[in-house]
Formats: sequence, C-alpha cells, structure tokens
Amino acid sequence: MSNQEVKDYLDKAYAPGFITDIESEAFLPGLSEDVVRAISAKKNEPEFLLKFRLQAYRHWLTMKEPTWAYVRYPSVNFNDIIYYSAPKKKVGPKNLSEVDPELLRTYEKLGIPLREQEMLAGVAVDAVFDSVSVATTFKEKLADAGVIFGSFSEAVHNHPELIERYLGTVVPYTDNFYAALNSAVFSDGSFCFIPKGVRCPMELSTYFRINAAKTGQFERTLIVAEESSYVSYLEGCTAPMRDENQLHAAVVELVALDNAQIKYSTVQNWYPGDKNGRGGIYNFVTKRGDCRGHRSKISWTQIETGSAITWKYPSVILRGDHSVGEFYSVALTNNYQQADTGTKMIHIGKNTTSTIVSKGISAGHGQNCYRGLVKVLKSAENAKNYTQCDSLLLGSECAAHTFPYIEVKNSTASIGHEAATSKISDDQLFYCLQRGMNQEDAINMIVNGFCKQVFKELPMEFAVEAQKLMAVSLEGVVG
Amino acid sequence: MLNIENLHASVDGKSILKGLNLNIKPGEIHAIMGPNGAGKSTLANVLSGRDGYEVTQGSINFKGQSLLDMNIDIRAREGLFLAFQYPVEIPGVSNMSFLKAAMNAKRRHREQTEMDAMDFLSLIKTKAKQLQLNEEMLYRAVNEGFSGGEKKRNEVLQMLMLEPCLSILDETDSGLDIDALQIVAQGVNSLRANNRSFLVITHYQRLLNYIVPDYVHVLADGKIIKSGNKELALELEESGYVGVGS
Ligand SMILES: Nc1ncnc2c1ncn2[C@@H]1O[C@H](COP(=O)(O)OP(=O)(O)O)[C@@H](O)[C@H]1O
Ligand SMILES: [Mg+2]
Repeated sequence: MSNQEVKDYLDKAYAPGFITDIESEAFLPGLSEDVVRAISAKKNEPEFLLKFRLQAYRHWLTMKEPTWAYVRYPSVNFNDIIYYSAPKKKVGPKNLSEVDPELLRTYEKLGIPLREQEMLAGVAVDAVFDSVSVATTFKEKLADAGVIFGSFSEAVHNHPELIERYLGTVVPYTDNFYAALNSAVFSDGSFCFIPKGVRCPMELSTYFRINAAKTGQFERTLIVAEESSYVSYLEGCTAPMRDENQLHAAVVELVALDNAQIKYSTVQNWYPGDKNGRGGIYNFVTKRGDCRGHRSKISWTQIETGSAITWKYPSVILRGDHSVGEFYSVALTNNYQQADTGTKMIHIGKNTTSTIVSKGISAGHGQNCYRGLVKVLKSAENAKNYTQCDSLLLGSECAAHTFPYIEVKNSTASIGHEAATSKISDDQLFYCLQRGMNQEDAINMIVNGFCKQVFKELPMEFAVEAQKLMAVSLEGVVG
Repeated sequence: MLNIENLHASVDGKSILKGLNLNIKPGEIHAIMGPNGAGKSTLANVLSGRDGYEVTQGSINFKGQSLLDMNIDIRAREGLFLAFQYPVEIPGVSNMSFLKAAMNAKRRHREQTEMDAMDFLSLIKTKAKQLQLNEEMLYRAVNEGFSGGEKKRNEVLQMLMLEPCLSILDETDSGLDIDALQIVAQGVNSLRANNRSFLVITHYQRLLNYIVPDYVHVLADGKIIKSGNKELALELEESGYVGVGS
C-alpha cells in the first residue's frame, strides 16, 4: 500500500460512522416502561429481574422526590437522563502527559501510585499493562477461598439464585424515591458472597480501587456474608472522581447471617463543584445493612468529602439477638457543598448494640447536617446505643445542624447521646503556630485530630490517605 | 539576642505595656517578676505574636531582625519558644506527631531534611525520661487529660526537643511541687548555652534557686521598674512588690 492508501484506510476506520455506531448504543433520554424493559433485555436478564425492575418503576411513578433533607438544589428532570448506554470505548489520554495537570497534582498530593493514577485518569487500557493481571490474581485467590466477587451483571448470570434470594430484601424498591428509581434502572455494581465460615482472605479494597473508575450512575451493590464469615470491603477511593452524570443514586444492601461480620468502608470524593458552587455530583444513596443473624455485626465507616450534595444514611437493622451495628462518619463540606447524612439504627433483637460516631466539618459556605435515628422496638430487650456527634466549623459562613431522632418502645433500652459543636479555637491555632507549623498544616492537624476516632476504623492504608484527602479538600480554607 | 525598646502594647484598646525596655544578650537568663496583672503574659504574647495584642509604639529586635515584622510561625522557626502558662489541648493529635510536625517545620525552615523516624523516637524518649515523663504520655493527645504538672513538663519537653535560642517560660513553675520544679529547672539548665537565652517569668523566688538568673526585673504597671541581679529576687521575697520602684 502506498502512503496515501494507508492514510485513506486509516481515515475510513475512524470515520464518523464508527462513532455513530457507539452512540447508537445509548438510549434516548427519558424513562418509560419500555426503557426499563430495554435495559433488562440489553443485559439479557432473567425474568425475575425484569419483574423486579418493572415493579420498582411502577412504584416509582407513584412517589415524589423527598424534600425533607436539609439540602437545596434545582429539581432534577428525570426525563433528561439517559438510562442506558453501553460501556463506551472511550478514547482516553494515551499517557499521563495528556492528563489535566491539575488532576495529576491532586493525585500526587494523595500519594497515589503511578499505575493507579493512570487507571483513574482513564489512560487507554492497553497502556496500563499490569492492571488486568493484578485483578486476575485477586480473583483466583478469592475463588480459592470460595468467595464470589465480581460485577453485579456477572452475578446475575452466574448466580441468579443468590441474586433472586437476596436482592431487595434489605432495601425494598418501595423504600424511597431514589431506591425505587435505582431498582428500576440500575446499571451495574458489585456482588460479593462470603460462604459459611470463610474469612475473606484480603481486604476487598485493593481490587476495588483498580476498578473504581468504572462505577456507574445507578450502582447496585449486594454483599452477603453467610454464617461465621467475615469481609472487609472498601468502596471508592481518595482520588477525585469526575463523571458527566450529575445524579448518582446508588443502592447498597448488606446481609449478615449468624456470627457474620461485614465491615464496609467508603471514601467518597466525587466532584464537588467549583468554588462558586457550579456543577458537582448529586449523590443520593441508600445504604442499609441487615444483621439478620444472631451475633452478627455490620460496621459502616464513611469519609465523605466529595459531591455537591450528599444524601445518605447507611443504616443497620439489628434483627438478630446480640447483633452489633456501627456507624463512623466524617463528612466535610467546603465552598458550597451540602451534606445531609447520618444513620438509622433499628433495634429489633435482644441485647443489640449500636454505636454512632459522626464528625461533621464545615468550611467556606458548606452546610453540614447530621440526621440520625435510633429506634428501639418493643422486642429489643436490653438494647444499647451510644451516639456521639461533633461538628467543627471553619469560618463564619458555614453551618452545622444536628437532627437526632430517638424512638424507644422498650424501657430496658439504654441510649446515650453526646453532641458538641466547636470552632477551631484560636488558642489551638496559636499553639501550633508558636511551635513553628504554618497555618495550613496547623488546621490540617487539628482537623485530623478531630476525625481520629473515625479514621482509626478505616483499613490502615486508607487511614493515611484519608488524612491527606482532608488536607486537599480543605485547600484554600486558610485565607 | 533580643532588644526591646520603648514597647507599648494594648489589648482590646486597653493599654497594658507602657514603655518597656529590655536587652537580653546571648547566653543570658533574665527573670521577670511582678504582681498579677502587671503585664507579664502580655509581654510573652507580644513577643510570640499572638493575635489581639497590638503594639502601638516601640521596636523589638530579635537576632538582628525586626521581630514585629515576622509571622508567628516564622518567629518560632527562627528559634523563639514560648512555654505556655496555660498549655492548650488538641484532641486526637498525639503528642508525638505534634512534636514531629513542629520539629520538621523548623528543619524545613533551615533547609534540613526531615528527621529520621527512628532518630526522632529515640531522642524524644530520652528527653521524656530526663523530665520523668511517662513514655505513654507521648502517645496521648496533646495535653488532653494531663495534670497541671504534666502539662508544664510537656512544655519543657517540647522546648528540649526544639532547642530554641530564646525560650520564654511563662509561669512554668506555678502549680509544681518541689520535685517537679527541680525537674523542670534541670531541664532548662541542660539547655543553657552561650548561644541561648531565657526569659523566665515567675511569681516565686524559689524557682530562681534552681534556675539562677543573670538579671532580675520587676514588671509593674506595664514597665520595668527595677532591675538587678539574683539578689533582687530575694529582696522581693521579703518586702513584696509594694514600694519597689520608689
Ligand atoms: N485577652 C485579654 N483581653 C483583655 N484583657 C486582657 C487580656 N489579656 C490580658 N489582659 C489584661 O491585661 C493585664 C495584664 O495581664 P497579664 O499580661 O496576663 O498579666 P500577668 O501575666 O502579669 O499576670 C490585666 O489587667 C489583664 O486583665
Ligand atoms: Mg500571666
């Protein structure tokens, strides 16, 4: 072939028609029963799942967007959203030199390894030679232990009986507006199953980090821990995540059977919008764990620094006797970010215990709201709860709000609640500065101290990153 | 080291220091005594640059530079250290990491590399032992739940680690029993060198039995009304501050 021919050939291969082809894989915006059916058909789903989606959709139509949260935003037009698009063959940057230097600077500060930086920045897959093999090694190790771990779609095909048995049993599609929407149109997510007596041989964090860049708009996660099993799962990562979809409505369901333990940690750092509050992700998440078995335990640990709006209440239903629920949270709002977050601890079984530690940090014009419910049903003899919720204000334009709800139907319950709101004190700052630290380091140190109780619940490597993340998220606070 | 000329300072518009002069040379220890409310802590705060203390007149020269033009943290990194009368609690921040951050800030300022973690650990343990501070205190949050005496000894620990060239001790002896007092004094004395100076603020002569000053000054009504050698402290002990300046 002559040079000209080669060029013509290449031009043809990348002609516009090819792009249109990809585009046609996406549906038109808008939601209808047909769209729900089409999603299910595209994914080749079994009948029960289509039924689940349709029921959810029909129920969703009868619901209204909730307005009780302490957040304000222009209303979302659900008919502007594209509910299905095939995984795009994205033409990403070829290497890190083509990536926004601002983004790289942030990765650098967070101490993210080069290889992972490439993944996160969406460098074309074949450039990231190692990742596939790493993921495969993990998979083999997990399979040896009998752990099922993979994408939700995969599980629908390989283990439909498990999905059918557990899906929607913790968060029914009737639960709330966003959960109903998610149930109707969820794209993908993760499924994790730890069989009886198995201690998951590794933190499911490393694996997830490598795959984190793929998370979708309507994510669905289901984790089932059978009797006497243990798993520690980490979702998200400290690297800032950008996504063209503004609305995120994920659902996470956890099921712990007798003596099982699930530790679920989240680091949420979606794009928070710019300094003036333009853009940013709306993160409306329903997360709930069901301590279904006796002496089971579910712990939620979350570090929420991203998103323009965060609306999430990782909760635990303490159904089994002697079951334990925990919620450790750091939520940071800077600039114009808004967070309405907290938890629900529903005590049903006897001798159930729950612990809530919430640390809210507001800076700039940030609005930070803790909303928590502790409910003790009549059946819950000797239920115990301890709640501590502290707020830290940096500056005078931001605000913190606390809405603790307590409903007790059994007089043997013991409920303890402590709350405190403080400003970073001038005395503390002066003390640090007098020891030679600059203002920024001093504030970071004080903030990290404030978050200590929560950070120590994180898997080790993430505790370190979380500290750096706080520093990055607070950049510019010092005027 | 430090030369204060005609210093006037006010807090909340209220004039506290009214023409204070003080010259401290390298290697010297100066003691400042005076009644409650005389302005001793105000002087310490002005020297370290605390917000809210406004200098209305006068100048302060520190190691050949104008101290008042320097930010709080720069003053500290240049070697000015204040042992607080009321040390501050910082929940969740371990004493150890606090000190490490302080040490490294100073080292960066001097374009030195950060201190090796093992070296730091063995150094801080040695110093803690010298001050008879339980090693376990190094891992506790800064000053949180410390007794009065522990807080003061913790201030001295920081001083020993940072090796400042000018240390200001604001009533570090208050609330200490005689054993703790001797430990603190011994700590200060161990730092004594001909390139280091100390400004020791105290109410009581007894500290000066252990930290022997080169000069003693009486601060009253915002001015130094009398200066002398260590004998002056004994005189004050007998006759009180009343009538000193007259
Ligand atoms: N932050 C402040 N606000 C108002 N007045 C102050 C403040 N700090 C000190 N003062 C006043 O300044 C005077 C000197 O106080 P201080 O320097 O603490 O005295 P000393 O340490 O000698 O006991 C006192 O009258 C005190 O009330
Ligand atoms: Mg004082």
